[in-house]
Amino acid sequence: MKKLLALLVAVMMIVPVFAAAEDVIKIGVFEPSTGDNGAGGKQEILGIEYANSLTPTVTIGGQEYQVKLEIADNQSLTDKAVSAAQSLVGANVSVVLGSYGSGASMAGGDVFAEAGVPAIGVSCTNPNVTLLCDYYWRICFLDPFQGTVMANFAKELGATKAYVLTMLGEDYGVGLGKYFVDAFQKLGGEVIEENFTEGNGDFAAYINNAVNGGCDVIFAPCATTYAALIIEQAASQGVTFPILAGDTWENSAILDAAKGKDVKVYCSTFFDENDDSAAAADFVSGFKAWLNADEGKKTNNGGNDIVAAVSALGFDAYNVALAAITAADSADPAAIAAALPGVTYTGVTGAIAFDENGDARKDMAYIKFANPETGAFDFVKTQSVAE
Amino acid sequence: MFNTLLPYLLAGISVGGQYALIAVGYTLVYGILRLINFAHGDIFTAAGFFMVYLAASLPVGISVPLVIILTVILGFTVERVAYKPLRTAPRMSIMISAIGVSYLLQNLMWYLTGGLAKQYPGLPGLSETVQIGSASTKIVTIATPFLTIGLVIALVLLINHTKIGMAMRAVSVDFETAQLMGIKINNVISVTFVIGSAMAAIGSMLYFTNYTAVTPTIGAMPGLKAFVAAVFGGIGSIPGAMIGALIIGISENLIKAAGWTAFSDAFTFALLIVVLLFRPTGLFGEKTTDKV
Repeated sequence: MKKLLALLVAVMMIVPVFAAAEDVIKIGVFEPSTGDNGAGGKQEILGIEYANSLTPTVTIGGQEYQVKLEIADNQSLTDKAVSAAQSLVGANVSVVLGSYGSGASMAGGDVFAEAGVPAIGVSCTNPNVTLLCDYYWRICFLDPFQGTVMANFAKELGATKAYVLTMLGEDYGVGLGKYFVDAFQKLGGEVIEENFTEGNGDFAAYINNAVNGGCDVIFAPCATTYAALIIEQAASQGVTFPILAGDTWENSAILDAAKGKDVKVYCSTFFDENDDSAAAADFVSGFKAWLNADEGKKTNNGGNDIVAAVSALGFDAYNVALAAITAADSADPAAIAAALPGVTYTGVTGAIAFDENGDARKDMAYIKFANPETGAFDFVKTQSVAE
Repeated sequence: MFNTLLPYLLAGISVGGQYALIAVGYTLVYGILRLINFAHGDIFTAAGFFMVYLAASLPVGISVPLVIILTVILGFTVERVAYKPLRTAPRMSIMISAIGVSYLLQNLMWYLTGGLAKQYPGLPGLSETVQIGSASTKIVTIATPFLTIGLVIALVLLINHTKIGMAMRAVSVDFETAQLMGIKINNVISVTFVIGSAMAAIGSMLYFTNYTAVTPTIGAMPGLKAFVAAVFGGIGSIPGAMIGALIIGISENLIKAAGWTAFSDAFTFALLIVVLLFRPTGLFGEKTTDKV
């Protein structure tokens, strides 16, 4: 009996070794699924998973490899991001995708650089993500561009004095706020800048400051948790001037907060659901069908089948990663890192080619309006900056 | 000048009233058990989530009392499970137990709700917008201070003029002697937790009606400020907790009004240090007659 048991245990230990010997390549997904940015992170993961369901294999050296997604939750926190990044490196991933949130990306970047694992930023827009890390590439536009776009848009709405509200110590918001301020002042506008601290729930005084300061537009790039509170407070104080923000606000949480209220909320983003290019239309219809087939996935998307821009970016990021693996013809992280700068790919969010910093050259942002009546985002216009 | 300051004052008094309702829970429990109930802020958050989920399927008239009942049950259970078995243990052990409960509740909520912000439902009669002078705000802002003062007066009357109140005062003066006098100490402690949790539930309704996003850790900041308010007013004193909370609420809003938004929390806590330097027992700490 004892011998039989011992044999059984031995067999059980050998089986996983055989399983691991199958041809599998791991792609790390470094995203928040909880915390301040959890809602957006989940949508980005959905885009990656959808891409994975369409192309689950990649050919290396004439052999077909199964792509396995290794998902680590960085909880939207810079300290947790480091341990999430370490767990991905420990799981021997060949390349990493993510993160939603520039702060988490920067914190994880050091770990990836040390381990020599290349990372592809999906929707982190702070320039320092790629600038300070040689192993980070990125497929979306950057904050200096986004800040300028929104400043131009604010000017077009007729604003002369902007109230810029960001969270202290948040890399994304503070950076984007600064670029907006620079651009808006260059356009001849006035600015009041203020900060709130992490965990703050009371925005009454901030909105008062905006109103009393004579501002006619609010620019508040911050996590959706705070965004909902800011919109709510603005509505209860009867703010009628527009509230603008960056890409994080393109989220169901914003629609829920704005629904049925007399507020004008605009955000800039990477992609529009009604884009009529063939690739985008295919993606949108396929992704919607995939979401609607699974209740759990739909819940992760915020309970509806609206296609978020970050899902589209996640989809592109996965395909860029596969293109890099194919170009390197290897599962070795170092080879993939060497191949990445040369990768070009035409995705649903436009053409992707990397510049010397590892950033995709993108020069167009989509501006959307959170319609309080229909509870959906209306496409307003595409905006680019004349340099 | 007044017109400019009015909205800040309104917001300050209102948020101060909400802190006060949480602070009462801290101060009551401290007065009787000499325990700082670190889980109190999380019970406040849990009350917020109860409302989010209940209001999704039930009419408000039913979900409001149900939220209070559920929160009371939660507070009662926490006391029975985590604090009662440690009654004879050193005070530090029960404090550690409280910290453990706080993390347990936070992680449980994190797990059960998925960790994302939930939109708090609007409560009829509180969520509507009104115009006060030049300021536009929700009715809850105006209702909070009256409701808070009413509840605090009721509580003080309860403590000074009822049998259970007398028992609470006796226990707070001397735990063991009170037991010898035939007071059922466990019942008294349970009542304390029941009152504290009910106050936290009402506080959460008022707070989240104004600041409508509920996340698993949202209670940490109001909880901390309420605790500061309780210490500020002299922990163990109920009117002290209320006045401390109002001072904190108003001062943090006025500092934001002055434009030092980044320093409002820092200033609040610096104020606490200064008060404690000059009055180590807090504003009302020495008036032992007010103690529960």
